[in-house]
Amino acid sequence: MIEFKNIQKKFGKQHVLHGIDLKFNQPGIFAILGPNGSGKTTLIKSLMGMVHPTGGQILIDGQIKQGNEYRNNIAYLPQIARFPENLSVNEFLDFIENIRGKATRKVELMTAFGVNEFADKKLRALSGGMRQKVNLVSALMYDTQTIVLDEPTIGLDPVALIALKDWIRKEQGAGKTILLTTHIMDIVEELADEIVFLLDGKVYYRGSQQELLQKTNTPSTEHAIAQLLTLKKAS
Amino acid sequence: MIKVFKYCFLDLIRSRWTIVYLLFFILTCGGLLYLSGDSAKVVVSLMNVVILLVPLISMIYGMMYMYQVRDYVEILLAQPISRKSIFGGYVLGLSAALSVSVALGILIPLAFYDAPQIMSAQWLMLTAISILLTVIFSILASWLVLANENRLKGFGLGLFIWLLLAVIYDGIFLVTLIALEGFPIERLALSLTLLNPVDMGRVLLIFQLDYSALMGYTGAVFEKFFGTLSGSLIIGGAYLLWISIPLGFLLRKARKKDF
Repeated sequence: MIEFKNIQKKFGKQHVLHGIDLKFNQPGIFAILGPNGSGKTTLIKSLMGMVHPTGGQILIDGQIKQGNEYRNNIAYLPQIARFPENLSVNEFLDFIENIRGKATRKVELMTAFGVNEFADKKLRALSGGMRQKVNLVSALMYDTQTIVLDEPTIGLDPVALIALKDWIRKEQGAGKTILLTTHIMDIVEELADEIVFLLDGKVYYRGSQQELLQKTNTPSTEHAIAQLLTLKKAS
Repeated sequence: MIKVFKYCFLDLIRSRWTIVYLLFFILTCGGLLYLSGDSAKVVVSLMNVVILLVPLISMIYGMMYMYQVRDYVEILLAQPISRKSIFGGYVLGLSAALSVSVALGILIPLAFYDAPQIMSAQWLMLTAISILLTVIFSILASWLVLANENRLKGFGLGLFIWLLLAVIYDGIFLVTLIALEGFPIERLALSLTLLNPVDMGRVLLIFQLDYSALMGYTGAVFEKFFGTLSGSLIIGGAYLLWISIPLGFLLRKARKKDF
């Protein structure tokens, strides 16, 4: 269980998060949506301990988050796929395993995303999509209760995209809590159990997709999100 | 920390820039040895190269590498290890890879030219000072990278620090000595030397080579200081401070920073 309690974050004068209260206490896929600069990545990074919140608390399984060990139970996929240039894919994955211990699902994931084909290549020689596949393998190769994916679909080809969706559904079936940020609404429509919509650093809407469609009286999630934004601008 | 160090070192030692750096020293040192034939003179020539280039390359290359690390460090920050282990490992790896390049670049040609000389005090001192300067400037570079998200500003500050310690400081030093020449300024000169790791290296080498007689009375005071046990302890302490204070700043920045 993950709980954000009144999370505030300021970067200098810029107030990015204005008291976020969110609780994820059941399994499922939660899409965290919002326009650019709404605070999605900052919120996720506060959970991972990369950003220090200016105020508020983050609770993990009822305990205030502290130390580094709690990250053993969270898989995190960063938004930008960059790596040490002179290591090969295999060496990089070894590097992570050296830090975190033997990964149980590495081989399975490498096969699913076709990483085996370029496993001995240097990371600097890989294309953007190939890097994203390596990023996915390194993030998902541990069997964790919580999975945090920041824009997981960037640069993926259709085959890899299908593999990713299948993997996410499998994890959903296994009772995992998955937090997902993306700008691709098709993915949200297809996968998300619940939507959290952030605007200007606040939770503007939280609920199921159906509720959102009924509330906004729109045919699709894409339209609903667009309407939320237009309404906000008008007010 | 050791795990991060291991992979950082592996990454760096394969980089073509590290290899170019190694080849540069092999060519310079080998060229000087075979052209001049007098190893004491070569140490002086190499000293001038080391004093200027080692801090510059450690600073610029260190910053280039650490900005690259900055791009992917999120993957490591998401693992269950402390920031101290991550950045400690990287600084250690960076310093080690560059130190190995310089040390091998100096010692390989010497081994071919005259192997027993490797154990002579002046060559050992030259190698030790190259390593110390590499470590100090690698730490400064890493700290500047964490303190400045703006790369242009980071590189600007890095170059300024190098220029200040390796070039401008000597100018100010000289002007101070000339302005105060009517006073007994040996202690001042000594303290000013201890405040700058580059100058300290240069003076240590000069005294190792017995050129201090050229420096007159000040030279005698310096020689007396550097020759004593307490002098050596103070120099060791000064170098230790030059490593530990920037390292403290770096680890503090790493702990507090938002990535």
